[in-house]
Amino acid sequence: MTNQETPTISMHAESADGGDAFAIDVRDMTKRFGERTAVDHVSLKVRAGEICGFLGPNGSGKTTFIRMLCGLLRADEGSGKCLGYDVIEESEEIKLRVGYMTQRFSFWEDLSIEENLDFVARMYALPNRREIVRQSLDRLGLTSRKDQVAGELSGGWKQRLALAACLIHRPQLMLLDEPTAGVDPKARREFWEEIHRLAAEGMTFLIATHYMDEAERCHRLAFISYGKLLTEGTVEDVIAEARLTTWVVDGPELPKLAEQLRNRAGVEQAVAFGNELHVSGSDEPALEAAIAPYRKEPYRWRRVEPGLEDVFIHLMNRSEDNFS
Amino acid sequence: MNGRWNFSLKRFWAIAVKEFIQMRRDRLTFGIMVGIPLLQLVFFGYAINSDPKHLPAAIVLADNGPQGRTLLYAIENSGYFEFVREIRTEAEARRALARGQVQFIVNIPENFSRDLLRGQTPAILVEADATDPAATSNAIGALRTVINSALEKDIKGPVDYLAADAPPVELRVHALYNPEAITQYNIVPGLMGVVLTMTMIVITGLAITRESERGTMENLLSMPTRPLEVMIGKIVPYILVGYVQVGLILLAAKLLFEVPMAGSLALLLAVTLVFVAANLAVGLTFSTIAENQLQAVQMSFFFFLPSLLLSGFMFPFRGMPDWAQILGEALPLTHFLRIVRGILLKGNGLADIAPEIWPMALFTAVALAIGVKRFHRTLD
Repeated sequence: MTNQETPTISMHAESADGGDAFAIDVRDMTKRFGERTAVDHVSLKVRAGEICGFLGPNGSGKTTFIRMLCGLLRADEGSGKCLGYDVIEESEEIKLRVGYMTQRFSFWEDLSIEENLDFVARMYALPNRREIVRQSLDRLGLTSRKDQVAGELSGGWKQRLALAACLIHRPQLMLLDEPTAGVDPKARREFWEEIHRLAAEGMTFLIATHYMDEAERCHRLAFISYGKLLTEGTVEDVIAEARLTTWVVDGPELPKLAEQLRNRAGVEQAVAFGNELHVSGSDEPALEAAIAPYRKEPYRWRRVEPGLEDVFIHLMNRSEDNFS
Repeated sequence: MNGRWNFSLKRFWAIAVKEFIQMRRDRLTFGIMVGIPLLQLVFFGYAINSDPKHLPAAIVLADNGPQGRTLLYAIENSGYFEFVREIRTEAEARRALARGQVQFIVNIPENFSRDLLRGQTPAILVEADATDPAATSNAIGALRTVINSALEKDIKGPVDYLAADAPPVELRVHALYNPEAITQYNIVPGLMGVVLTMTMIVITGLAITRESERGTMENLLSMPTRPLEVMIGKIVPYILVGYVQVGLILLAAKLLFEVPMAGSLALLLAVTLVFVAANLAVGLTFSTIAENQLQAVQMSFFFFLPSLLLSGFMFPFRGMPDWAQILGEALPLTHFLRIVRGILLKGNGLADIAPEIWPMALFTAVALAIGVKRFHRTLD
């Protein structure tokens, strides 16, 4: 470790795209477990200060990719930089500057809140440890419960503790693996406000999630399925790129209508949203031909912009066709 | 009221079937359920023998007459003794006994044959290592009969008047180190090794599998720490626990059981570290194989059982057949027991116990090498 240099992104990162520094800039990251290729040549660039949503179905390789970034798994192939350090060779440097929040609560349930934070602070050899732990407790509003054992906390509080612990060494990059699973909407909203506040200060986020509302809060999205990166860009880019046409219909006995529509060529999905049905397909004329017989009373049709969820399901179905 | 006693065969069967499926999935548990009874059958059936024979003995033969030789033949023919060496001096004999190279020393004094023929009732001296009374008592018991009947033949003819009276030879037995044959003197120091084996292996096994089982290992490894730091950091607290246990047992040995403490306690505590390391290495290796805490406990038991039975803690080591002795020699507990008993009861010094230290060190090195190698692999 070079002690003289302050490990800022600008000093180490390669400049590209008009001088923007990338916190993550990796190419062809690949990980195999025996016969199975969990992550297959995934390249990803995330600018410093950006919140990148990492989407993909269960088992698509999100967790494996994140673990490779923070040095928990050794990549079989791939190269590139993370915070300006070589993602393969310099994982110890990267670990010092990255916060990784695991999918499952992974702090010590038999330690108190304060003891957990104190342990993490020691692991990073932070100067002024006690003061930092105190501030961290204060900021997260956990001071009054600092002596409570972590195992007794509710899901929302555990998540706040995990976030506080991951932030205690002031990382430049946060890797969050489905951070809000099992957390109530209010706590989720507060969580995302905190994320945006930190991003505004320059922290970079890569957040794996299944929730569409969370995906929409991200600056950029990357969609991975069966280990392959399918699409990447802003929410608008991703939606536009999918070239999906979506019609909304309401009327009586929608489940029966959905059943009939799904069997018609051109209809790729017919999904119920409350009292409406979203009917989507990537071939616009074919879709319109398919729904034409039903465009009469008692059904009311209108065309809408496809939502992120429609695109998400569309990408999932398409990758199934391609790879399975 | 009826509902409480409403036993559904179908539901009961559903649960039983589910249990069988889960049992079959957990290969290790299944293997151990079959393995433990087999192990016990083999050990109790073939290895353990509470009437040890062919115990190594040394001769100090100062007499050249035929009666002395006859006597030695007879003693060996009893099956309890095997003369492995002849020793010239008493000091050398004592050292062989102290190091456990022989268990008995038979002294045939000068002029034994002459005195016998003169009817002067010469004495033969048998010194026995009585640290484990169970291992020596049968042999000593057999000695008296053997001697009397052996000489009957040799004192026939003109000297058969000697046989008429009470024994023609006086047998003096010195039970060294534990003259009163107090079992506790042997068991209590040995318990130190047994307790350490149990705690060190189980606790380290649990401490590490617990991290992986609860998912905290992933968190730990995402922080800037190295496997060696994790392992040493996790192990050192349990070494302290081990020393607390040793302290408790030594205190009890002194105050409750009045076990003699002939040797240096400082030496004992120092050597204990090697033994503790050996067991921690086993626990560590098990923890890298076990998938959960239950399996770690089961594997510990799988190691503990042979340690208990083949080390000489419960049954005389020399009573076992060769294959069991070879297995026993590989176990750290076997060597530690000899060290503890040697230091406390025999007053052994470093030079005496050195031959028992290096096998433990070798064991530690091998177990640790496997453990560290496997630990690296589980990271990926």
